[in-house]
Amino acid sequence: MSVLVYTENWDGKFKKLTYELASYAHEIANMLNTTVTALSIGDVNDDELKSLGRYGVSKALKVTGDKLGELVNQAFASVISQAAGHEKCDVIIFANNFSGKALAPMVSVKLNAGVGSGVTGVPSSLDPFTVPKKVFTGKAYAHVVIKSPVRILTLAQNSFGISESVVETTIESFSPELTGADFKTKVNDVSKVTGKVLLNDAEIVISGGRGMKGAEHWGPLEELANLLGGATACSRPVSDEGWRPHEEHTGQTGKIIAPNLYFAFGISGAIQHLAGVSSSKVIVAVNKDPDAPIFEAADYGIIGNAHKVLPELIKAVEVLKAE
Amino acid sequence: MSTVPDTTTKIRFAGDGTAFDVTGVQWIINPWDELSLTRALQLKEESNGAIEKVTVISVGLKETEPVIRKALAIGADEAIRIDTAPLDAYFVAKQIAGSIKDDGFDIVLCGIDSSDYNGSLVGGMLAEFLGIPSVSSISALNIENGEVSVNREIDGGKEVLSVELPFVAIIQKGVALEPRIPSMRGIMMARKKPLNVKAPVEADSLTEMISFEQLPAKAACKMVEEDNVKELVDLLHSEAKVI
Ligand SMILES: Cc1cc2nc3c(=O)[nH]c(=O)nc-3n(C[C@H](O)[C@H](O)[C@H](O)COP(=O)(O)OP(=O)(O)OC[C@H]3O[C@@H](n4cnc5c(N)ncnc54)[C@H](O)[C@@H]3O)c2cc1C
Ligand SMILES: Nc1ncnc2c1ncn2[C@@H]1O[C@H](COP(=O)(O)O)[C@@H](O)[C@H]1O
Repeated sequence: MSVLVYTENWDGKFKKLTYELASYAHEIANMLNTTVTALSIGDVNDDELKSLGRYGVSKALKVTGDKLGELVNQAFASVISQAAGHEKCDVIIFANNFSGKALAPMVSVKLNAGVGSGVTGVPSSLDPFTVPKKVFTGKAYAHVVIKSPVRILTLAQNSFGISESVVETTIESFSPELTGADFKTKVNDVSKVTGKVLLNDAEIVISGGRGMKGAEHWGPLEELANLLGGATACSRPVSDEGWRPHEEHTGQTGKIIAPNLYFAFGISGAIQHLAGVSSSKVIVAVNKDPDAPIFEAADYGIIGNAHKVLPELIKAVEVLKAE
Repeated sequence: MSTVPDTTTKIRFAGDGTAFDVTGVQWIINPWDELSLTRALQLKEESNGAIEKVTVISVGLKETEPVIRKALAIGADEAIRIDTAPLDAYFVAKQIAGSIKDDGFDIVLCGIDSSDYNGSLVGGMLAEFLGIPSVSSISALNIENGEVSVNREIDGGKEVLSVELPFVAIIQKGVALEPRIPSMRGIMMARKKPLNVKAPVEADSLTEMISFEQLPAKAACKMVEEDNVKELVDLLHSEAKVI
């Protein structure tokens, strides 16, 4: 019996999200009186693997192979299922990000394991195995019982946090059996955004809506994002209009994020928008309409003109940074 | 496709929080499935007859039929309803796989999640039950000279993939810009299109939602004057401790 956590890497590196997953896995392993094994697929060096020890991962299984540089759903799901069998894992943990959403359901079928997807915390009961998650696009919580002996969880980002618990990580190579049938999709081209804080990773997000009035008014939003080390985002009409790239659109049909701080400038706060941002720890709204629904979701608000508030805000943050 | 409560529905629970209260709920096609259907119809039109038909399939009880008819009105050629309550994603995927495994579909489009229980599971499970590849988070799906190419969103970028048929395409934003809506003519024609009801296959569910809760009420928003932005920064720094 043990807990397996799939630790995805980005160009050989882990992210804060990886350490959150490891911390979460460790907490569950404690509840079950067992240990955590991490599974890494692709080229990750031993120092990076050992960094998982700080968050309670006692063993890292390393799988490498020239065809495993990019995500191939079939092959990766097969590797993870074999590793889970090899380690006799009864809890398998993924991030609820694009790769977790791709892989968890496939591993589920291979192992007949029920999935709690987008879970927001540790089990409230081990028997029956019950986990909390948000449903109805963030409008309510559900308690999900997983009835199968092997359980799969995908953790909603930023819902557990990072907690240290230092152990020594031993590294083992693992060689799964893969066949040609596992590689029926092929990545032909990759284009990456570099040198920018990614929206999903950002602790602070500066977002603008239709109230910003046009692409030419985004300068101050970007300036504030730079100043705070954050990322920029927008509402759907803004990306539909082409004022901002589609990757920045948050909401039910865009990205679902949970930063520590979310600024909404000129965003009305439609329910579909809130579905993507309501898990933020702190929401600040600037809107000229006192009745805008965004103020019901916000923690701090200014009723006013975003174009006037932004330069003042930038000045005040600069003063704070200088102190 | 799944049928879900309209996105603006006020969510209430019945039976001491053990069930979703469906009184007065307006049902719609899951928004991703509306986009998937739109793209499927475009591909059929672009294909010069190479794509013969677009079928929608839904696992659900009789109440879901008006929503399924809407998909026919938008332009699907036929519909299948598997007559059972969708117990969980594993159960649903097994029902769909059981129904279509011998029907020779080349592309099965699914949404990335249903806006009711937000599983993000059925597509990947279905591919696995059918034993065919899947690509997830697809933001573009094109067919040229019989070759299928898709764009997949990744953290901080985009990939272009080629895929062998048959496969399951798990769809998100981007595949089509606006969902199609039914035309008057579409609504008339939908009445005559086949909506086949099939009996469910034997299948288990592996999970069960035993109870629900509303989110805890949020504290009132603290207001700051427009000409006192410095106070906001102070609050964010010393009270909320987020900057
Ligand atoms: C199925 C479906 C899915 C959807 N998914 C999403 C989604 O994922 N994400 C999303 O964002 N939307 C989504 N929408 C759209 C959503 O319903 C809203 O239409 C949208 O969020 C509104 O965007 P907005 O707040 O930027 O614009 P508006 O609603 O036009 O609001 C603009 C706001 O700016 C304020 N304002 C104007 N000028 C100023 C100024 N100078 N200073 C300060 N404030 C000002 C106004 O008071 C107003 O509140 C979806 C809709 C549907 C039907
Ligand atoms: N009851 C259902 N019948 C048919 N398809 C479904 C059903 N539930 C979910 N799906 C499909 O699976 C996708 C993802 O749903 P889910 O895994 O429930 O989040 C949806 O967008 C649909 O394409």
